[in-house]
Amino acid sequence: MEFLRPATWEEALAVKAQHPSAVPIAGGTDVMVDLNFDRHRPDALLDLNRIHELHTWQIADDDTVRLGASVPYSKIIDALPDRLPGLALGARTVGSPQIRNRGSVGGNLGGASPAGDAHPPLLASGATVEAASVRGTRLIPIDDFYLGVKRNALEPDELIRAIHIPSATGPQQFAKVGTRNAMVIAVCSFAVALHPRARDVRTGIGSAAPTPRRASEAEAFIRAELDDTGLWTSAGELPLSTAKRFGELVARAAAPIDDVRGSAAYRRHALAVMARRTLLWTWNDHRATGRAAA
Amino acid sequence: MAALTKPKNLQDVAAPGRDGVGASPLRPDGILKVKGDFAYSSDLWHEDMLWGMALRSPHARARILSVDVSAALAQPGVYAVLTHEDIPGSKFYGLEIRDQPVLAIDEVRFHGEPIVIVAADHPETARRAIAKIVVEYDVLPSIGPVEALDPERYGYVHAPADYKAHAFGNIVHSQHIHHGDGDSAEVRALADVIVRGEYEVGMQDQAFLGPESGLAVPAEDGGIDLYIATQWLHVDRQQMCPVLGLPPEKVRLTLAGVGGAFGGREDISMQVHACLLAQHTGKPVKIVYNREESFFGHVHRHPATMVFEHGATRDGRLVFVKAEIVLDGGAYASTSPAVVGNAASLGIGPYVIPHAAVDATAVYTNNPPCGAMRGFGAVQMCFGYETQMDRLAAELGLDPVELRRMNAMEQGSVLPTGQVVDAPAPVAELLRRVKEMPLPEVENWRTADGPDVRELPGGLSNTTHGEGVVRGIGYAVGIKNVGFSEGFDDYSTARVRLEVIGGAPVALVHTAMAEVGQGGITVHAQIVRTELGVDQVTMAPADTRVGSAGSTSASRQTYMTGGAVKQAAEAVRAVVLARGRDRYGWAPAFAAGLRLAGGKALTAAGEVVADLVDLLGDEPVDETTEFRHRPTEAFDKVTGQGFGHVQYTFCAHRAVVDVDVELGLVKVIELAAAQDVGKAINPLAVVGQIHGGSTQGLGLAVMEEIIVRDGKVRNPSFTDYLIPTILDTPPMPVDVLELADAHAPYGLRGAGEAPTLSSTPAIVAAIRAATGLPLNRVPVRPEHLTGT
Repeated sequence: MEFLRPATWEEALAVKAQHPSAVPIAGGTDVMVDLNFDRHRPDALLDLNRIHELHTWQIADDDTVRLGASVPYSKIIDALPDRLPGLALGARTVGSPQIRNRGSVGGNLGGASPAGDAHPPLLASGATVEAASVRGTRLIPIDDFYLGVKRNALEPDELIRAIHIPSATGPQQFAKVGTRNAMVIAVCSFAVALHPRARDVRTGIGSAAPTPRRASEAEAFIRAELDDTGLWTSAGELPLSTAKRFGELVARAAAPIDDVRGSAAYRRHALAVMARRTLLWTWNDHRATGRAAA
Repeated sequence: MAALTKPKNLQDVAAPGRDGVGASPLRPDGILKVKGDFAYSSDLWHEDMLWGMALRSPHARARILSVDVSAALAQPGVYAVLTHEDIPGSKFYGLEIRDQPVLAIDEVRFHGEPIVIVAADHPETARRAIAKIVVEYDVLPSIGPVEALDPERYGYVHAPADYKAHAFGNIVHSQHIHHGDGDSAEVRALADVIVRGEYEVGMQDQAFLGPESGLAVPAEDGGIDLYIATQWLHVDRQQMCPVLGLPPEKVRLTLAGVGGAFGGREDISMQVHACLLAQHTGKPVKIVYNREESFFGHVHRHPATMVFEHGATRDGRLVFVKAEIVLDGGAYASTSPAVVGNAASLGIGPYVIPHAAVDATAVYTNNPPCGAMRGFGAVQMCFGYETQMDRLAAELGLDPVELRRMNAMEQGSVLPTGQVVDAPAPVAELLRRVKEMPLPEVENWRTADGPDVRELPGGLSNTTHGEGVVRGIGYAVGIKNVGFSEGFDDYSTARVRLEVIGGAPVALVHTAMAEVGQGGITVHAQIVRTELGVDQVTMAPADTRVGSAGSTSASRQTYMTGGAVKQAAEAVRAVVLARGRDRYGWAPAFAAGLRLAGGKALTAAGEVVADLVDLLGDEPVDETTEFRHRPTEAFDKVTGQGFGHVQYTFCAHRAVVDVDVELGLVKVIELAAAQDVGKAINPLAVVGQIHGGSTQGLGLAVMEEIIVRDGKVRNPSFTDYLIPTILDTPPMPVDVLELADAHAPYGLRGAGEAPTLSSTPAIVAAIRAATGLPLNRVPVRPEHLTGT
């Protein structure tokens, strides 16, 4: 196995163009597991750890966070919880402290496992993946990124350079079911983000379909419900029945399977409960913020 | 000769003994382990060593049609590729029944059974060689515990006439206990209320953190030196010698750093494979399992199905118990017979019940072999009988703790085996103590800044901010035997040497006890300090140059090897004091009445009469003794009667849980325990054992299970076999009683297993209290709590 260690981003792109089968590695929390258990024997590893810029982030004029692909989860938790509250909540549930010190959103996206904890908040935030190759750079909307189980929209010569995530303009939540209280892979997970300026609500479902996905029907329902009842303007109480219906529609959007981690029926049930609860948490936060501002 | 010289330093007052029995000196391995500096068996290294690896069956049951190893052999860097045909001696081994092939012969009986072993110059070379081996299988439908009971229809795991199974179909071992009038119609008529329940316990794994590993080094004399993480050096050797075709003196074992055991190292795993490869290649061979292979490389806790009937009078007196238990022994016997004996004899719990009929059976199946795990047959039963006690209490409208206390056994009670309990059995007192401990705060997750999710079910996964959370409280108590039972000649050997080194008395302790993390070597040093009044105690490596210590299991090592060390130290002391007769002209009776403390010989009144250094002189004292507990006897095959167990140990738990009843997630808020340990030799270590055992029981209650479908293991990883993290582990207040057992050294009582029993049913009782669900199976999964 070749071990390629480019010193710069440009060099990395050149190496990737030469070795399209090379597997990029940063924290190694995912790639090394596959290697150690002999599930995957790539002919080359492309080590991105020398490329400093991947560990940094910038805030654009429009308040979008350009998050380097290798920024570890622990940094997101410590430094970005106000701008990226949903992602920070998801990051807190990733593995153990040691894993959070090494693992990064770029790795989650590269691996594209439906169980990745970063995916639902990225979907709910409306993130964009900055992919690059020697051919140039393209911005892939997160909705178009996940293609299948552990398959994403990257071309063989492309690397993920950064993830563009709009700073939160409203409350965001993330909840995940696992069968222990820490360091657990998702049985299923759910993220919701309120976008009050756009009067929009976005969602993300994890570990309950071949890919992470949004609950489009649930989003349409709650958008319409908030518009029709004037709740965005009145900042009134969200009826429990509305939240319940939202939960049911989220559950309906999932396509879970039975496996050792949980039954399909449980996953649907849990998604309905988590969606109902997290919607109420975000809405109540939104109301409280509105009142505080008023 | 220094005889009759005047003892010096008579004016000195003997220094008080430091770190003796009853103190809590820290274990020497603790800090090393926490810092990652401890040398485990997986860290062993030898120049020019080869790496061994096994090819394992992907099928639970199949005929092997052919094995082609030619491509593997042809690979550069490969030194040996061995099948059963290359074994010089016996092709079978086993702890109680020699039924397990060292390498599969013509058929495989469980998923993961080893078929071929390879030695190569690098683990990657070995892995590639393994991948080149071609095995043709004729896959057969696997036999599970239900099919096993109908061999005429579903077949035999072991062909009739093979091994022990020939007389009993697929039954490895059965034990019946008939007590009083059993469950006869007359007995049943005495009960006002009869509660019947069916229960199931899933397959728990020991999940020790240090995987199976060791290093076999061929010696010039044609023998082998094996450095190994195990629980019992001598029985490993006993099983290996016939396979290797070597006499015991040519198979020498030394204990390497052990990363936990919990029963999972009682059977041999890679030991004999490494030795065969070393024998064949003439080179040192190291084998280290990875985590996945470890799940296939050791036995697990027997899954159990149990049917209980409890009859009682309206006022809550137990009249009879009927229990039928089937344990899934898996493909090979391992310790199944002894597990059956425990399940049957301890199957009604720590209660006085005039009539009982218990049947326990272990069956051969094509599931992974099951054997020893902390609690050994008593864990499964405790979940069954304690659930029954709760249901009975509900039926009678009685407080569940009160019902237990009314029926609790005590010293002098007669067990269903006819054995009279002749040591303290404070069952009611333990229950009283856990019940009276202050309860943890309600809604402890509320803070001024909103809910603290770490204190809620789901933890940092942020699934509730208090919604759906209901608190429940549950109680349970259990009974476990200590030491080897049913007539087994249970003994341990210890050698203690005392000599003057650098002007100070120094003791050396040499035993074959496997230190697997239980703290035994710390306890041995404490015992020697107390018995010989010395500060410095050195531990020789555990190896087979000294006699057997028995296994580090059955809560027995402090009792047994601790007892042997005490006995050897007493023998040393007798020799030392006898020297005073020569040196100082002490009368024999005077010498015999002295004790050693603080480096001095003292009278009973505390007067210093000699310095230990002077008494010892230049000649070391070196004594080796064997220690035995009082004999037990086998249970009668028909009635189950007999003095089967040497000692009993009891622990009671109170569990407080918060359940998110909508999501089916559980947070154990507190797990309080009370346990009688007879005498706490090292109180800190005792509390550690109770914490550890309780936590392992918590794991069984809410998460730990090897999931097997059609004989295939579905979750051989720590991603999907979950064990409790620190966030799942609640505060665990412990109340330790010390009611001496007059038969045991220092009155001590084995402590390691009892807390593993009652923790599980106490937690499940608390979840029942929170949810109102019956919950007849552990581990409890979110699906069970949400009806999904």
